[in-house]
Amino acid sequence: MAEPMRIRASMAGDKVEVKVLMNHEMETGQRKDNAGNIVPAHFIQQVNATHNGKAVLSAQWGPSVSKNPFMHFRFKGGKPGEKVAITWTDNKGDRRTDETTIVA
Amino acid sequence: MASMRWREQRRQILKAGAGGSVLALAFAAGLITPEQVLAQQGWNKNAFDTKSFGDAVKALGGAASTETKGVLINAPDIAENGMVVPISVTSNLPKTESIAILIEKNPSVLSSVFEFPDGTDPFIVSRVKMAQTSNVYALVKADGKYFHAVKDIKVTLGGCGG
Repeated sequence: MAEPMRIRASMAGDKVEVKVLMNHEMETGQRKDNAGNIVPAHFIQQVNATHNGKAVLSAQWGPSVSKNPFMHFRFKGGKPGEKVAITWTDNKGDRRTDETTIVA
Repeated sequence: MASMRWREQRRQILKAGAGGSVLALAFAAGLITPEQVLAQQGWNKNAFDTKSFGDAVKALGGAASTETKGVLINAPDIAENGMVVPISVTSNLPKTESIAILIEKNPSVLSSVFEFPDGTDPFIVSRVKMAQTSNVYALVKADGKYFHAVKDIKVTLGGCGG
């Protein structure tokens, strides 16, 4: 959660290909620790991606998304040098935004 | 226990800074439930609590879903590791608004819902946990109606940590 996301946004023809690797436990709330206690649910619930401030993707997630989530999507209208930002919010109210510059 | 969970949800919502909004005031006055606040803030708790594909479709706002060849799931036939199963979905249906990924035999059936504004391809790759061999559904909302494709994925090493 403290680690930044790794975001790569690159041109593929006239589209921007975005791949994101986030750092998050995505704990389901189903797992028990060694003492037999349930490990509380802790997972990303919402993800938003913007290009130059305009929404290009929004998502709601549940705990069955894998730990350290990976996501790949594609949008039109971006150019090298412009910004893509990704924000996630989790069920504890924590939030993180990271940004990248589109490369050719 | 329901009341303990309610109190914990209250703490989470207040901590998340529902703050000075009308929503927060109504919530603090006990006029709306934590679930309603979460829904307003954009997380569909009811949909994520459903235990079957059919119930999830209803909770997402559809009456029923039609199977279609216009939605493609690209995923392994056998998942090497149930903790991390890559699922790629492409919708060729016109006016695709959203793609949801559902795993029939998981304790949480609905994995994710992605919404695509104009200009974004109706395509997504996600990685999911699968508790056991299961049907995986890609549910697409296109032009206000629901369609789906389904693929059976075999899992040798289950991924929910149970």
